Amino acid sequence: MILQDKLGEEADTFYKALISAHEGLTEAQSHTLNARLVLMMANQIGDLGMLTDIFETALQDLPD
Amino acid sequence: MAYDYTPFPYTPPPGLTHAEPRHRVVIVGAGPIGLAMAVDLALQGIATVVLDDNNVVSVGSRAICWAKRSLEICDRLGIGERMLAKGVTWKVGRNFHKGDQVYAFDLQPDMGFKYPAFINLQQYYVEQYLIDRAREFSDLIDLRFLNKVIAHTDCGDHVKLEVSTPDGDYPLEAEYYIACDGAGSPTRERMQLALDGQTFDENFLIVDVEMETSPFGDHATPERWFWFAPPFHSGQSALLHKQPDNIYRIDLQLGPDTDPKEEATEAKVRPRITAIVGDAPFRIDWMSVYRFRCARLNRFVHNRVIFAGDSAHVVSPFGARGGNGGIQDVDNLGWKLALVLQGKASPELLESYNEERVEAADENMFNSACATNFMTPRSSIERLFRDQVLALAARHPFARKLINSGRLSQPCVLSGSSLQTSGSAPLSPGHALLDAPLTGRAGPAWLVTEAQGRFTLVTANDQPLPDITGIERIGIDQAESCYPCFADSEGCFKARYGTAHIYLFRPDGHVCAVFDTPDVDAIVTAHNRAMGATQ
Ligand SMILES: Cc1cc2nc3c(=O)[nH]c(=O)nc-3n(C[C@H](O)[C@H](O)[C@H](O)COP(=O)(O)OP(=O)(O)OC[C@H]3O[C@@H](n4cnc5c(N)ncnc54)[C@H](O)[C@@H]3O)c2cc1C
Repeated sequence: MILQDKLGEEADTFYKALISAHEGLTEAQSHTLNARLVLMMANQIGDLGMLTDIFETALQDLPD
Repeated sequence: MAYDYTPFPYTPPPGLTHAEPRHRVVIVGAGPIGLAMAVDLALQGIATVVLDDNNVVSVGSRAICWAKRSLEICDRLGIGERMLAKGVTWKVGRNFHKGDQVYAFDLQPDMGFKYPAFINLQQYYVEQYLIDRAREFSDLIDLRFLNKVIAHTDCGDHVKLEVSTPDGDYPLEAEYYIACDGAGSPTRERMQLALDGQTFDENFLIVDVEMETSPFGDHATPERWFWFAPPFHSGQSALLHKQPDNIYRIDLQLGPDTDPKEEATEAKVRPRITAIVGDAPFRIDWMSVYRFRCARLNRFVHNRVIFAGDSAHVVSPFGARGGNGGIQDVDNLGWKLALVLQGKASPELLESYNEERVEAADENMFNSACATNFMTPRSSIERLFRDQVLALAARHPFARKLINSGRLSQPCVLSGSSLQTSGSAPLSPGHALLDAPLTGRAGPAWLVTEAQGRFTLVTANDQPLPDITGIERIGIDQAESCYPCFADSEGCFKARYGTAHIYLFRPDGHVCAVFDTPDVDAIVTAHNRAMGATQ
């Protein structure tokens, strides 16, 4: 699976919001936040086939 | 060859011996912004006194990347072609992660513009060209070097200044005081105005080296190369640019815990440069260590004192939005201040300079800060996200879009501004004009050269443009008429503007209204609105 850009003009604003959400959190809290984000974003995608593809793609070349 | 910093002559100003009459405009600071401001006002017949505490151009190249919009503005000021001829034109940027290229961008794939997306040209050349140009207006621009402003007071309808020279101090008065006195603005300090925003902890080493062999290797065309975690500069980032005269700009991120004084020494810098350029011989032309800020004044207009350029806003240089942003300040303020001083518009028009350029500064700060944050992650989680964006970018287009080594300066869109009349067209109100090659009676021409500097109606539809006081007219592919007409020889105008609309451009080249028909009342209303009339 190749992920095309869907954020368009909003890419930097999204990235800034993501980093801001983590600002001031401990590493453990950041883990918790990421877990929540994955779950909530998965629900918003709402397509199991696509989610499975994303899991596989994200696992490729995972560093040791 | 190193640039020759010949000092400009100092002449004792008249104010030392007798009181000078009140001037219309005093510009404090002869950096690129103050000088451009003086030329812009002179083009409109407004006299200025320009005061600078120094007597040489910018020491060190500082700003090197000049964007297309700045070049188009400089075209209007009369130095655009000279900048283009001397500058190094580039449009491709490459981003590397470790040793590998992850993403390349081409800033201007379209043809049909007089000026390229970017040129690189040392700030001292730009200042020199502006000073040469200013001297052509010897009756309107009074350039005073070694004249340091040490005090000022806003007296309601004018400003009083105290100026210090090698021969002593003298007073001056002006109707308007434009503070172009740079990032450390003493004017701002005196008025106790805060510059609010973000400060970055990282130190950056900025070095210009002169060398015969190109560090870009076989790449014949100059480009912009940016490395995240380069093999030659572990864990940090690096940027490489080519300038004229075989000078190359190298930016190296040094981390937050380095001593700037110790870093900016030949002994420390030479090995860092050798790591990038290899064994080729080089000469260090200029070096400095910076910490960057993205911050601005709350307001740029304070009654008779108006801030422009770095005195009003500062950004980190990734994106080249400092000098380029300042040139757009000048473009925005020049015609408005001229109209006010000529009694053709109310002083309230200047409030729109505040409104429009504060918005633009926010856009420039946002983009510069995003890029700097991306380069200098402040926490382990931010670093993790950043590194994974870079890792995914090799395969996934979406991640390439997130890589941020600088979003290069773009003209600001003024869509929400009170001077614009809303409407829709291929180029909607608020946008800066898009250039197009044209052919006129006298031969080839460019839209940027023909349509800037005055309110101008432009259209490629077949209805004749009405004659309205204060508005110039340009017809594209229209039958010969009593106003200038051009052929859209390469079809670029029609592709960019269509044929259905009539465009009204402000003197700064921004579209302020569009019309379907040459309706005189509608055009007059829009023109008045753009000059600040409240209906
Ligand atoms: C490393 C670096 C790289 C950069 N790269 C780029 C780039 O690629 N592109 C870009 O667009 N911008 C870039 N910039 C930003 C650019 O240099 C500035 O935005 C630009 O110089 C601002 O011009 P200015 O005229 O407002 O201020 P300045 O150039 O700072 O000029 C201010 C002038 O005011 C004078 N002055 C100060 N106080 C007084 C006083 N009391 N009385 C009289 N005169 C006074 C000073 O002597 C000076 O001449 C870069 C900056 C740095 C540091």
